[in-house]
Amino acid sequence: MAQGVKTDDLFETGLHSSLSRESMVLNLGPQHPATHGVLRVRLTLDGETVLHAEPVIGYLHTGFEKTAETHTYQQANTLTDRMDYLSPLTNNLAYVLAVEKLMGIEVPKRAQYIRVLFSELSRLGSHLVWLGTHVMDLGAMSVLFYCLRERELILDLIEQTAGVRMNPSYFRVGGLAYDLPEGFHENCQRFLDGFPKWMQSYKNLVQGNPLIEDRLKGVGRLSKEDALALSATGPILRASGVPMDLRKSDPYCFYDEFEFDVPVRTGGDSFDRFWVRMEEMEQSVRIMNQALAKIDPVGAYTTTDRKVSLPPREEIYGNMEALIHQFKLVSGGFNVPKGEVYQGVEGPKGEMGFYIVSDGGARPYRWRARTPSFYNLQTMPTMTRGGLVADVIVAIGTIDIVLGDVDK
Amino acid sequence: MTLITQAPVLDALEARFPGSLEVVPAVDQPTVKAPKEMLLALMDFAKQSLGMSLLVDVTAVDWFPARPRFELVYHLLNPDTMERVRVKSWCHLNEEMPSVMGIWPGADWPERETYDLFGVVFSGRGEVHRIYMPEDWEGHPLRKDYPVAGPRVD
Amino acid sequence: MGLNQDPVKSVEEQAAERGILTTTVEKMTHWAQKSSLWPATFGLACCAIEMINVTNSRFDLARFGMEVFRASPRQADLMIVAGRVSQKMAPVVRTVWEQMPEPKWVISMGACASSGGVFDNYAIVQGVDHVVPVDVYVPGCPPTPDALLFGILKLQEKITRGLPPKYRELAAAGGPA
Repeated sequence: MAQGVKTDDLFETGLHSSLSRESMVLNLGPQHPATHGVLRVRLTLDGETVLHAEPVIGYLHTGFEKTAETHTYQQANTLTDRMDYLSPLTNNLAYVLAVEKLMGIEVPKRAQYIRVLFSELSRLGSHLVWLGTHVMDLGAMSVLFYCLRERELILDLIEQTAGVRMNPSYFRVGGLAYDLPEGFHENCQRFLDGFPKWMQSYKNLVQGNPLIEDRLKGVGRLSKEDALALSATGPILRASGVPMDLRKSDPYCFYDEFEFDVPVRTGGDSFDRFWVRMEEMEQSVRIMNQALAKIDPVGAYTTTDRKVSLPPREEIYGNMEALIHQFKLVSGGFNVPKGEVYQGVEGPKGEMGFYIVSDGGARPYRWRARTPSFYNLQTMPTMTRGGLVADVIVAIGTIDIVLGDVDK
Repeated sequence: MTLITQAPVLDALEARFPGSLEVVPAVDQPTVKAPKEMLLALMDFAKQSLGMSLLVDVTAVDWFPARPRFELVYHLLNPDTMERVRVKSWCHLNEEMPSVMGIWPGADWPERETYDLFGVVFSGRGEVHRIYMPEDWEGHPLRKDYPVAGPRVD
Repeated sequence: MGLNQDPVKSVEEQAAERGILTTTVEKMTHWAQKSSLWPATFGLACCAIEMINVTNSRFDLARFGMEVFRASPRQADLMIVAGRVSQKMAPVVRTVWEQMPEPKWVISMGACASSGGVFDNYAIVQGVDHVVPVDVYVPGCPPTPDALLFGILKLQEKITRGLPPKYRELAAAGGPA
């Protein structure tokens, strides 16, 4: 609403003439219900108008990069889950693709399709949490309960396959950790068939709802130039008019075989970011339907290269060579040829990339995560300048940050 | 496995800065290495003429005990053609790197992060503060001579 | 009719037959305390998402009288430390805990909060019990909502049995709170 109004203009029109020009500093967080974790924002205010919003981060700094240098490549995979913990599998994907590229490993096509399916499941789960919590910040409680109810079904599918609800580390270098469980196709199809109906119920709650639209329209505007200059990626960039989606423009995992649209809007405000994500959820379901049809019930789920991938259980019990491979992989890991690699994938929040430098050993020499939320959060001061305090909360919501991803 | 040593981006860079760049073969994207004195000119050219309008990442690698110790790594992307290029530079301990914040304001946080975790100081921008660790923290954790467990005594 | 007519039944049993329950004030307080714990909204990392899930319709924390998550620590008497605690966050955790009115309890949720988990490094405090006294530890990475519910039930059991919160126990032993 107050977007674009400069405080100096207000002073000149005499609106504030009787007030002092001193600004106030307000501290938001790190323990605050609307900052989605431990984000702290230092707000410089003139009355209700935000002069500057400065995010102060690091309250969840975990030292992933340092820890990973002491782990083998396979062990470091488990760390990636815990960065963007709402969508662990897209982090896994970026990491394993990077290592596979450096090692030149061919992964069976079936495994790549399963990766696509689970990446999209993760994206959907992440967007559901975003939708629920964001709309709750706007004052509507019930959407969160619907979103969490459907997210439980996604978690069930992941639990059934990988054994845990969150942080599954299901993707491994060379393929997948296990094959799909019995009955997965039916369960997944049931979920996919049901989703359009649930999606419609969220839309019924938010679409055209003046309480929500008035809070979003024209708020937190970010121009195309600013978005690019500040290294924003993902839905934020696409809502500002840049049609960049790595799944489409720089495909990996055979994404080019799938039919889907990339939702792009040009307004760059919170409303556009909101609807880009909503439309993305529908596209994800579209991709998953195609992926599920492409996945054969039986087939290879990991490479047969025993230098990186564990042999099946049955082989270990009867075959000496398999036992040696198992022992070597578990105790020492595998060596990665000397070199460097960067691989980015389109996570729910933007470009999730890994830059890995190997010195030829079994542990990474440098393990760098390019996390989308870290870069995206940089756009917040630009988005909120001249807005109201309440708009800051909206901006945090539509940037869709996960603090584990920001602070890594 | 094929290594990338030729690409239109590399040709354009080589034509603009003849003889002063080193092409590094890499598996994933065109990579060049440039001394830090010409980093800003190179980056400006990449953005203005090659359309590399998105700075994907800024980071460093500590090659302790080698000298020069720090290798700075910049990943650039042209969002229209999806061409990528990796630019590398280097600096010694206690040397300053030129900041690319004037070209991409988005370099602000990653440069602060590089300062915080590696102790590489950037010049040509405002004072660089720590971003992750508390202001009074001693040492730079991602350096190779920094213990994983930090100053903790168990 | 007097209460001591039947020599076989105790006074309490006779009272119960007439619809009167007798107890001590202490037990009554414990029962009330355990049935209306108010947790502080205090999520740190991955575990926070499972903590949110525990309130949803499937797991329904409200069954145990605990769904009232308070945004202000001054209105809360239970802190669920859900996630890894960084060196930078540790003083904040302590401040939040100190702001809570007594009596107060702490649940350490997940491997990171309990012991640092996989992050044995410079950035993470190796167990939140270095910062605040912990009553119940819930293992897992992250613990499932069921595991957190089990932890909460254990805490309720502790309160019902009249055991003091951990910080009082430490104070009684002469240690630091």
